Amino acid sequence: MSRLGAVFQGLREQNRKGVIPYVVAGDPSPDGTVSLLHQLVAAGADVLEIGVPFSDPMSEGPIIQKGHERALANGMNLSAVLEMVSVFRRDDQRTPIVMMGYANPIERFGYSAFADACAVAGVDGLITVDLPPEEVDEIDAALQAVGLDNIFLISPTTPEARIQTIVDRARGFIYCVAVKGVTGSGQLDTDAVAARVATIQGMTTLPVAVGFGIKDASSASAVAKVADAVVVGSALIAEMEAMGRAENASEIQIHGGAVKLLQSIRSGVDSSPS
Amino acid sequence: MTSEVTPELFSTVPDASGRFGRFGGKFVAETLMSALADLEQLYADLKDDKAFQSEFDLDLAHYVGRPSPLYEAARLSDHIGGARIFLKREDLNHTGAHKVNNTIGQALLAKHMGKKRVIAETGAGQHGVASATVAARLGLECHVFMGEEDIRRQALNVYRMKLLGAHVVSVTSGSRTLKDAMNEAMRDWVTHIDDTFYIIGTVAGPHPYPMLVRDFQSVIGREARAQSLAQTGKLPDALVACVGGGSNAIGLFHPFLQDADVAMYGVEAGGKGLETGEHAAPLSAGTPGVLHGNRTYLMQDEHGQILDTHSVSAGLDYPGVGPEHSWLKDIGRVQYVAANDDEALAAFHRLTRIEGIMPALETAHAMAHAEKLAATMSPDQQIVVNLSGRGDKDILTVAALDGIEV
Repeated sequence: MSRLGAVFQGLREQNRKGVIPYVVAGDPSPDGTVSLLHQLVAAGADVLEIGVPFSDPMSEGPIIQKGHERALANGMNLSAVLEMVSVFRRDDQRTPIVMMGYANPIERFGYSAFADACAVAGVDGLITVDLPPEEVDEIDAALQAVGLDNIFLISPTTPEARIQTIVDRARGFIYCVAVKGVTGSGQLDTDAVAARVATIQGMTTLPVAVGFGIKDASSASAVAKVADAVVVGSALIAEMEAMGRAENASEIQIHGGAVKLLQSIRSGVDSSPS
Repeated sequence: MTSEVTPELFSTVPDASGRFGRFGGKFVAETLMSALADLEQLYADLKDDKAFQSEFDLDLAHYVGRPSPLYEAARLSDHIGGARIFLKREDLNHTGAHKVNNTIGQALLAKHMGKKRVIAETGAGQHGVASATVAARLGLECHVFMGEEDIRRQALNVYRMKLLGAHVVSVTSGSRTLKDAMNEAMRDWVTHIDDTFYIIGTVAGPHPYPMLVRDFQSVIGREARAQSLAQTGKLPDALVACVGGGSNAIGLFHPFLQDADVAMYGVEAGGKGLETGEHAAPLSAGTPGVLHGNRTYLMQDEHGQILDTHSVSAGLDYPGVGPEHSWLKDIGRVQYVAANDDEALAAFHRLTRIEGIMPALETAHAMAHAEKLAATMSPDQQIVVNLSGRGDKDILTVAALDGIEV
């Protein structure tokens, strides 16, 4: 069984919900990313989502955009992100890693070469924001050939017939986008999310993770009541940005902001009766 | 590839998935897919609808002032020596450029969809002004996204948009130019997807935009073709147009694509020279990739990050290009070349002094290449240049470059 499959099966058996933090590889510093990932696992992450920096991150709000800009200024690129995953895997064989990014760096790398490199590095799944089902065939075939999961987004504007099309070809889990908008924006409508997740769960047995708009323990707890996992990104990056503003802030202090928030989200999710 | 090019080929693109060969497509976030499907359906219904077409034609005639003249620049032709140079006078359109042909068309689509809010990206501000203009006329709320750097160098157009009632949103991310304005417009669109129509200003973006913008702009080439035949008794030997995203060029070229004897030249912004890397010429010096919803030639580094561009003209300062141009390049139907900043400025001054026509700096790139080309041709041959916009907006830039304080 894949790492993603094993983790979600374990969660179901324990009647628990998953917590998936998102950070941008190379932000705030390339040297610190691997230790940050281990810290997030220690703080309760079930799956790690790693943002691949891109010059034009069209679906990101200002907080994650700045993360991409900092990472690129630090010289980050797709090969370096894959290298980070390899280094992480030396000490953690269990936690699934999903890479999230945009098509162009992968196109440039070559779809097939990229899928092979992911498999070697120990990546488990891929979310490519600007590869909807209509454009995904090539990379999906390359990923399947090496046993990796392509993870699809379903948005509040996706019609029901289209949801069926998407879940029919999805693997790993479904990423349900909670709000119309970019990352870190919008007010979460928990009732609407609950209805949406129920619709999706009626069409697939794959786990459903919900992201966009989850900021803290209480929003995470509310969403965890209805979904299989919660994704939190902008709020973690905002915490690190805030800690980083202090003069002479150490890496431990900067990461500490995100780690503390994730611990609190973990408790919120675990206290949520399901 | 060239040997497979038949006249029928040009009517087969884009295909149902929005592809021009390997280019084009719908590379966008899931949230936008249903809005694109709605737009595609609406356009398929209206495209050949007589009432819609006559509404569009009437607006072009009475509001834009079409047809625009095909003017023979005889004094310039004499000055250069060689082919006769004709100018398709899109600068005489209402709002001063070809951009309004498209905003009229898309505003009609927005009206049919019942959208009350329109957004647009702009570089030089011509598309922003043309969008603000149609929004004012239809009573729509209008937000124009413009890079901070472009707001500085196109202050006159910014004020025009504000006078027209548009909100001009300063974009401070990335390189603060047209590419970033388009990113921000996309972000706004996903956030306000229910009530907002995105008026894309060029033949780029996800399907169906490259197709529908091409169709709205093709009035330029249809008129130029008929005018050439009426005024000279034959088709032109060559067409020349500047290419940023490429809407004025496609507009001129498209109705001539099946005329195999008509040569075509798309002129990109060579900036400080292609060899310096400081330019905006993806077709001349780029590689294929995916940006802003389509696969096309891009200026990018070895890791697939989009590069900053440079051009004296804000409207050409874009690292991508419409996917149909990428296809026309690959099949060899259109030649893509570059004119650098200095050549464009010289051409700007020459047309102004010799013909009394002040072109936009974007257009001056086309003029620079047309002059070079004309000199290699004979007096019984003729060139049509798309005089895509007027230069009033650029006089402060030109003055600054010439070291003059206005």
